[in-house]
Amino acid sequence: MTINLTIVGQLIALVMFVLFCMKYVWPPLTAAMQARQKALADGLQKAAAAERQLEEASSAASEELDEAKKQAAELIAQASRRANQIVEEAKNAAVEEANRIKAGAQAEIEQEVNRAREALRSKVSDLAIEGAEKILEKSVDRDAHQDMLHKLAAQL
Amino acid sequence: MSSENQTPVEYIQHHITNLTYGQFPDGSWGFAHTIEEAKSMGFWAVNVDTMGWSVVLGALFCFIFWLGAKNATADVPGTLQNICEMAAEFVEDNVRQIFGTQNNPVIGPLSLTILVWVFLMNFMDLIPVDFLPALAHMLGAPFFKVVPSTDPNVTLGLSLGVFVLVLYYNIKIKGPFKFVGGLFRHPIDHPIAYPLNFVLETVDMLGKPLSHGLRLFGNMYAGEMIFILIAAMLPYWAQWALALPWAIFHILIISLQAFVFMILTIVFLTQAHATDEH
Repeated sequence: MTINLTIVGQLIALVMFVLFCMKYVWPPLTAAMQARQKALADGLQKAAAAERQLEEASSAASEELDEAKKQAAELIAQASRRANQIVEEAKNAAVEEANRIKAGAQAEIEQEVNRAREALRSKVSDLAIEGAEKILEKSVDRDAHQDMLHKLAAQL
Repeated sequence: MSSENQTPVEYIQHHITNLTYGQFPDGSWGFAHTIEEAKSMGFWAVNVDTMGWSVVLGALFCFIFWLGAKNATADVPGTLQNICEMAAEFVEDNVRQIFGTQNNPVIGPLSLTILVWVFLMNFMDLIPVDFLPALAHMLGAPFFKVVPSTDPNVTLGLSLGVFVLVLYYNIKIKGPFKFVGGLFRHPIDHPIAYPLNFVLETVDMLGKPLSHGLRLFGNMYAGEMIFILIAAMLPYWAQWALALPWAIFHILIISLQAFVFMILTIVFLTQAHATDEH
């Protein structure tokens, strides 16, 4: 309970421990704490920037998507228009072709009829004379009835 | 110490006597074996027990914090680094609030050392009062006080260290002439009052380290004394009924006194740095 040399010893111990703390404890601890604080602040800042970038990117993406949708709709409309057009053209071409074929066939038929008629016409006088001979049971002079025979053939 | 062959008074006296190594009145050196011998040694003696525990605990502080600070990184800290950082951050906060952000390489480490060291010394109070003294008795030590902060030599040694720093910064910041002049011109700045001022200021200045050290000593000594009284007065099977509540309450006191000692250290150093006349 009396004051003695211990007080001096304690003083020396204090100086030594404080010096130790000043050299080996305080600087590394506070440096680590400050570095962490800085890293945290940087991290938060980076996170905020990233969030902002993400927002921008997502809005740009949705814009692009809208644009793409619009283009696709336009393309589809164009395509269907073009398809209609092609169908229409094909139909017209088919109708035209059919008409052409029909016309050709008709002309051929007509030609055939005419040829048959010509053939018939050329034979008609012979047939008439033959018929008359059969009826009159004698030969008929072709030259004598030439006019009448022509008239008959023309009637065909 | 068992109390079967001691009166309570002897028991208490025994418990408040240090293991003292010093110079006997006849000039030889050695351990004091009786209370009278310890008292007769005067200044030329060392309280081996409190001094020893004080150094052991200070070294423990240094070792633990050195381990924690050695590999301190800014990454996720480990448990030990975390504990050390919590203590350092607590000290740094208090220093910043009281002392401000002036550049001073000493005040932070000093406050941290004082906070943890004083806390550890106070903590010895929570070890049952007879445990370590009984162990020491088996090893042949006649006396053994385990709580360094119940020894005024220890607490006054600490406050003296702070006082030396206060004087140093007073002279460094204000200059020797302004510092000594301030002792005369405060609080009444008139030549007639200078002698009175000097007496007042000197008492005030010397009273600070004294009250600083004695406050810690008084609190811890009183707490220790209550533990000793409980141990002296009650049979061993009933001591817990009082010792336990007091120990729980004492957890608050030991932390608070360590904190107060550190805060006063910071306050005194801040006053030493103050250049404005108030």
